[in-house]
Amino acid sequence: MSMENMSGGTMAESRSEQSQGHISRSAGSPPPPEADETIIGLEVHCQLDTVTKLFCACSTDYRSDGPNTHTCPVCLGLPGALPAINKKAVEFALRVAKALNCEVLFESVFSRKNYFYPDLDKAFQISQYDKPLAVGGYLVIEGEEGEKRVRITRVHMEEDPGRLVHKGGADRARYSLVDYNRAGIPLIEIVTEPDMRSPKEARRFLNKLRATLEYLSVFDSEKEGSLRVDANISLQPEGWFDREKKSYKGRNRVEVKNISSYKGVEKALTFEITRQRNVIRKGQPIEQATRHFVETQGITTASRSKEEEQDYRYFPEPDLCPLRVSSWVERIDLPELPDARRARFIGQYGCSPNHARTLTGDLKLADFYEKVAAQADPVLSATWVADTLIGELNYRDMGIGSVTPSHMIELVTLVKSKVLTDRNAIEVLRTILDGILQKQPAGTPSQVVARLDLGATDSGIIPAAIADVIREQPQAVADYDSGKKEAFMFLIGQVMKKTKGKADPAELNTMLRKALHGRVQ
Amino acid sequence: MVRSRLSFSPDDRVNAFLTTCPEPEYGTGSLEGLTIAIKDNISTKGIRTTAGSRILEGYIPPYDAHVVTLLIAEGAAIAGKTNMDEFGMGTTTENSGYGPTFNPLDKGRVPGGSSGGSAAAIAGGMVRMALGSDTGGSIRCPAAFCGIVGLKPTYGRVSRYGLIAYANSLEQIGPMARTVNETSRLMQVIAGHDPKDSTSVDLPYCHTPDKNIQGRRIGVPEEFFGAGVDPAVAAKVWEAIEELEKKGAEIVTCRMPGMAFALAAYYVTCTSEASSNLARFDGVRYGPAVDTKKSWHDAFQERRGKSFGKEVRRRIMLGTFALSSGYYGKYYAKAQAARQQVKNDFTRLYKDVDVLAGPTMPTIAFRLGEKADPLSMYLSDILTVPANLAGVPAISVPCGTVGGMPVGLQIMGRPFEDEVVIDTAYAYEQAVV
Ligand SMILES: [Zn+2]
Repeated sequence: MSMENMSGGTMAESRSEQSQGHISRSAGSPPPPEADETIIGLEVHCQLDTVTKLFCACSTDYRSDGPNTHTCPVCLGLPGALPAINKKAVEFALRVAKALNCEVLFESVFSRKNYFYPDLDKAFQISQYDKPLAVGGYLVIEGEEGEKRVRITRVHMEEDPGRLVHKGGADRARYSLVDYNRAGIPLIEIVTEPDMRSPKEARRFLNKLRATLEYLSVFDSEKEGSLRVDANISLQPEGWFDREKKSYKGRNRVEVKNISSYKGVEKALTFEITRQRNVIRKGQPIEQATRHFVETQGITTASRSKEEEQDYRYFPEPDLCPLRVSSWVERIDLPELPDARRARFIGQYGCSPNHARTLTGDLKLADFYEKVAAQADPVLSATWVADTLIGELNYRDMGIGSVTPSHMIELVTLVKSKVLTDRNAIEVLRTILDGILQKQPAGTPSQVVARLDLGATDSGIIPAAIADVIREQPQAVADYDSGKKEAFMFLIGQVMKKTKGKADPAELNTMLRKALHGRVQ
Repeated sequence: MVRSRLSFSPDDRVNAFLTTCPEPEYGTGSLEGLTIAIKDNISTKGIRTTAGSRILEGYIPPYDAHVVTLLIAEGAAIAGKTNMDEFGMGTTTENSGYGPTFNPLDKGRVPGGSSGGSAAAIAGGMVRMALGSDTGGSIRCPAAFCGIVGLKPTYGRVSRYGLIAYANSLEQIGPMARTVNETSRLMQVIAGHDPKDSTSVDLPYCHTPDKNIQGRRIGVPEEFFGAGVDPAVAAKVWEAIEELEKKGAEIVTCRMPGMAFALAAYYVTCTSEASSNLARFDGVRYGPAVDTKKSWHDAFQERRGKSFGKEVRRRIMLGTFALSSGYYGKYYAKAQAARQQVKNDFTRLYKDVDVLAGPTMPTIAFRLGEKADPLSMYLSDILTVPANLAGVPAISVPCGTVGGMPVGLQIMGRPFEDEVVIDTAYAYEQAVV
């Protein structure tokens, strides 16, 4: 490392500060750590949603079955058993590589990653090492400052290990049980360059990646444990990192392992930034280390340093032939991906860019919207699905799968034809969602409207209600006459009450004003 | 399928069997009612399979190796499991966790290894045929020492599914029998494609040995008669080669310079692969259970230290070292380069000759305990490992005796020309009957 590159400070200063893990700076007090740039890279492991495992014919649909029921000599690692590659898994991985704009290597090789752990049936994991499936791609995300490309370093395939089960909890169990149902599930590991600059960007990358993988029909994010993330994070003085071309010669980076949810990534990284800032503020060095994310507490904890020193003794797996699939990838047709669909939603349905992004950010949501937009006003549908429905679903912790498009079509149509006011339409939606949640179906929107008497009837009842209110509220009317604006709002409210909210607010406004002014005084 | 039973109670005075099946079932087919012994590193459903190791004591596989399925489908009766050097690591069958096998021709000598039990079971008249496995000579060496025939097929010709791995990239299951004809007959049953073994090729073996070798070019590498080869053994083998010449073959001498690195390449490769293959034996799933009162790391280390034999521990440590970061390039990667040189030698020679011939082993069978020094044992593999490094077929056929002990003639062929190797051996065998 050149001292000149690092600072304008003297060599002596540099050396002394460097020994503390600091970047030396030009004279004057160093900027506070808040001014540092956050450098984040991710390693994402996703389970490929194949029917059978990566190297044997066992079913991958193990989650609702008892332990060790989806196993055979191969995935149990019994002596003599041999792996045979699942072509579907390779095809899935190639789809991912292509969608991430990667170059598929002419020849990729499976290697053995050797380490002892009871959940690892063969005491080695079949993975890829120096010759991965694909390298050098990118994924476009919505960055903090507009669209940005996050570069993909590599994409490779590997097998999932089994799982340890601690009866009575990890701390109290006297022994561990091993379940090999998960052993041999195909995984894809996607490694990014350190291109993300905030936890939010990291989360957006993951969301975009998830959407892309689901559009490719190779991944089911709803399956428990289908995604695991390791994140590298370091804080570097502003601009220094880019100048040094992704070098980590500055402050050390920390690898946070064991993150298994989308929200967890943002939480873990946010915690880690605060922790590292505190260390820096105290003038202490950041140690190159592996830390574990404890999801329940939202913190990261130091792991034993021994783990980092692990020598995996990689060597080519002699029981598998090298993969030569670069010509296969050319024959793979990709489906429409999130970016293309977003553009289409804007063009075809007239969605706003924001609505289009939200709607296409999740495959099921996008499919749902298109079903609604096919039979109801597309722009109104976009507002109702992207804003109202998602808000109400999130509030109840429900997924889009719990609502049927026909309900939404009906609801949007009722709003469009002014049978329902926005306010009452929300009421109808809430009633329906609560019904689903409580497993007491509320019926179709029309049925709910009828039952709760929320529909706007002919506007004949409005003049009658206005007449009644003017007669019953002489004081308020007098206040209105004397110029008190609040009195008008009070009177509106009274009419609304009489019409059970069915009156269209704009229409009511005009009619009441007319009625007040048209009085014979 | 109609299944019958026969009774099998061999007079096993040489410790050839680790397990015998007293009343094996058999069916109909080309091997109907033939008792066949299986080396103990080949998985047999319901029959104890230990690979000669204490760490697999009591392990009963829940599945059959592909070759065993094929044998049973052709009506064979599985007679039992034969003794071997632990996990195949040895040239004498003295490294078994269950005591050595003795040579039926001289009980003061070893039967060779590691498929010593299979060879002894045939030579001792207990079974007609047997399966062995050959990683660096483990079929051919005991065949030579016991005076029987043993074929190491071309790599990929016989499925390895169910063979407890020692060195995956080198080893093949192969047939052993009294005669070339019977060896060929057994090969016909076990060869062929198996989708469960990704290195298996789709090339069935359907062949009747043909003794006509008129015009066949036989190369004799000088290195096969170099230092360490007993002159009396060399003389016997030359006699055999001359016999082939009399039957119409053309003999040419040649050089195989890659032999200089063959042993080193072989031992680095096989110990590296073994260190990884044998890591799974941790006392959790098979073998004697670990002490659950101890921590996982302490418990499995103790189990491995106690249950693996000395030679196995030595090779695991060698292989672990060869693969460690910082040494990989120096050892494993270099071994692969040397291996490629050996392959290149064969490719070059096979442009000019059809087969290569020489001794199987540099000497006759060792006396028990003679090869206590591991290095001298490793050196005795020098003539058999080249065929494994190159993946080519190689057979050992008896060619007379020295001091009353058999000598083996080794014939190596082009990849996937196992038939030519069989024919050449058959021509010699028929000439001297
Ligand atoms: Zn399986």
